[in-house]
Amino acid sequence: MSFLRNTLNKIKPHFLKGGKLEKLYPAYDAFETFLFVPNHTTITKCHVRDSIDLKRTMGTVILALIPCLIFGCYNIGYQYYSQFDPSFITQNFNGFFNLFLYGLMKVFPMIVVSYGVGLSIEFAFAVFRKHPVNEGYLVTGMLIPLIFPIDCPLWIVALSVVFAVIIGKEVFGGTGMNILNPALLARGFAFFAYPTKLSGDKVWVSQGSTDTISGETALGELATLVKDNVSEAHVNDVLSNFGSDGSYSLLNSFLGFIPGSIGETSVVAVLIGAGILLLTGLGSWRIMFSALIGGFFMASIFKFWGANPFMELNPIHQLCIGGFMFAIVFMATDPVSAAQTNTGKLVYGFLCGFLGIMIRVFNPAYPEGIMLAILFMNVMAPLIDHYVVQASIKRRMNRINI
Amino acid sequence: MKSTLFSKKNRKLLSDPLGDQNPITIQVLGICSALAITVQLQQALVMAMSVVFVMVCANVIISALRNVIPSRIRIIVQLVVVSSLVVFVDQVLQAFLPDVQEKLSVFIGLIVSNCIIMGRLEAFALGNKLWPSFLDAIGNAIGYGWILLAVAFFRELLGSGKLFGYQVFPDGWYEASGGFYLNNNLMILPPMALIVVGIIIWVQRSRKSFPEELLEEN
Repeated sequence: MSFLRNTLNKIKPHFLKGGKLEKLYPAYDAFETFLFVPNHTTITKCHVRDSIDLKRTMGTVILALIPCLIFGCYNIGYQYYSQFDPSFITQNFNGFFNLFLYGLMKVFPMIVVSYGVGLSIEFAFAVFRKHPVNEGYLVTGMLIPLIFPIDCPLWIVALSVVFAVIIGKEVFGGTGMNILNPALLARGFAFFAYPTKLSGDKVWVSQGSTDTISGETALGELATLVKDNVSEAHVNDVLSNFGSDGSYSLLNSFLGFIPGSIGETSVVAVLIGAGILLLTGLGSWRIMFSALIGGFFMASIFKFWGANPFMELNPIHQLCIGGFMFAIVFMATDPVSAAQTNTGKLVYGFLCGFLGIMIRVFNPAYPEGIMLAILFMNVMAPLIDHYVVQASIKRRMNRINI
Repeated sequence: MKSTLFSKKNRKLLSDPLGDQNPITIQVLGICSALAITVQLQQALVMAMSVVFVMVCANVIISALRNVIPSRIRIIVQLVVVSSLVVFVDQVLQAFLPDVQEKLSVFIGLIVSNCIIMGRLEAFALGNKLWPSFLDAIGNAIGYGWILLAVAFFRELLGSGKLFGYQVFPDGWYEASGGFYLNNNLMILPPMALIVVGIIIWVQRSRKSFPEELLEEN
C-alpha cells in the first residue's frame, strides 16, 4: 500500500500546474482516486453529505453483475460442451470448473476490449475537456459484454463501444447527461449494423474450432412460429421444446441453461443482482416492480388472445426467456436515463415491460423487444416526468384555491 | 456604390455558405434530401449538380424579374420558375441517366420544395442584383452539395465498401471469403445520415463556435 502511495506522491508533481505532463492531470487524478479514497474536503456550503460517491455506487452495481457474469461463463461452457462433448458436463466439480474456464476464456477478451476502448475514450475526452474522468463507464463496460452474444467478433464489440460512448454519452456532455442507456445503445448499434452477428442461430453458442454448432435462443425459436406457412409438425416440435421436458422448459429458462447473450440467461443470477441493488437502494424497486407487472400484463393479454402459438406461451415463461429480466433489473433502472419522479418511475417501468413483450411477440424480426422498448422509453422519460410534475403542481394549486 | 465583380463583399457571398453560413450544418435546411439520397455517392453527386443548376437558374431569373414581380404573388412566381426548372432537370436525367433518375425517383421532383432554394429566392434574389444573386446561388448550392457528398462518402464507404460503385475494400477482407470485415448495415439506414450530419456539425462547431453565441455578440 505504502509503495503505491509513495509512487503516486513521487509522480504527482509532473501532473500539477507547471509540470511536464500537466495536460494529463485528469488521467492521474482518475488513478489516484481509484486507488485511494480521495481526501477532498467540502468547499461549498452544504456540509452534510452521504459518504457514498459515484465510484462506490458503480462498484456496487458491478458487484451485483458478478453472479450474472459467473453464471454466464459457466453457461457458455455448458452450451458448448453439451453439443461438443457431453461427457464433460457429467463430471462433478472438475466438470464445472472446465465449463467455467472455457466460458471465462471466451468472455474475458470481450471485457478487456470493452473496458480498454471505453475507458481510453473517456480519458481522452477528460484530458481534452479538462475535467476529471467520470466513473460512469465502469458499469457500462461490464454491461456491454454481458448483453452481446458470445461469438460476436471483438472488433464489433469495440466499434459498438466507440459508438455508444461518443454518440450516446460524450456528445451530450458526458456521464450523467446521456439521454439513452449507453450499454443498450451499444447493443442497438451492433444489432442494426451487423445483424448477422447479433441474431440467427450461429452466434449464441461458442463455435470453438468447428463451425457446425448451432443453437437458437428461445425467442428466435418462438419467432419461427409466427411466420407464414408454418407446418403443424414444426409448431409441435418447437412447443415440445418449451414443455416440461424440453430444452427451453420453464425450469431451464429460470435457471438459465439456454442459449442467449452472455449474462442474460439466468433469472436466478439476475434476481441475486436485483437483491443487491435493492438492499443497497441503488436500483429503483418501483421501476423493476412495475416493469415486471407491465410485462406480465402484456403476456397475459397475449395468452388470453392466443392468436398464434407464440402468444399462447405461459406469461411466467414468457418473462423468463430472453433478456427481459436482465434488462429491467440492470438497464431500465439506470438512474440517468430513467424517469426521475416516483410516479414517473412506475409509469416508465410499466411501459418498458409492456412494450418489451409487445415488440417481441408482434415483430419476429426483432426477437428481443425489451432493448428497443427501453431505448424508446429512455427518450420518453423526460416527457413522463414533465406531466407528473405538472399534475403535482396542478393538484397543489387546487388546494390553495380552496 | 459601384463594386468590382469579385469585391470582398461578393467573395463573401460565395464563400460564406461553404462554411460559416452553410445551409445544412448551420441553418439546418434541406435535411430531408440529405438523409434520403446519400446512400451512394453517385446519387448524391447527381442530386448536388441538379440543385446547383436549379438554384443558379432560379436565383438569376427571379433576380432579373425582381422589379416586375408583384409582391403578393411572388411565392407563386417563384414556384413556377423553380418547378419548370426541376421538370427540365428531371427530363434531362430521364433521357441521359435513366438508372440514376430511377433511384432518385421523387427526390428530384422534391427539389421544388427544398427549403434552401425557396429560402435563397425569398431572402436574397428578390432584393439583390443579378451578379450577387448568381454568386449567392452558387455558394449555397455548393455548400449544400459538398455536405451531401461528404455524408455520401462515409455512408457508401462504410455501408457498402464502395465509392462511386467501385469496390474499395479488397474482397479478401470480407468474412464471406475468409476475412473478418463486414459492411455496416446501419450506414445504409437513414438514421446514420442524421448522425453523420450531426458529427459534421459537431466538428464544425467545436472548431469555430456556436452560431447562437455569435448572434448574441452581434
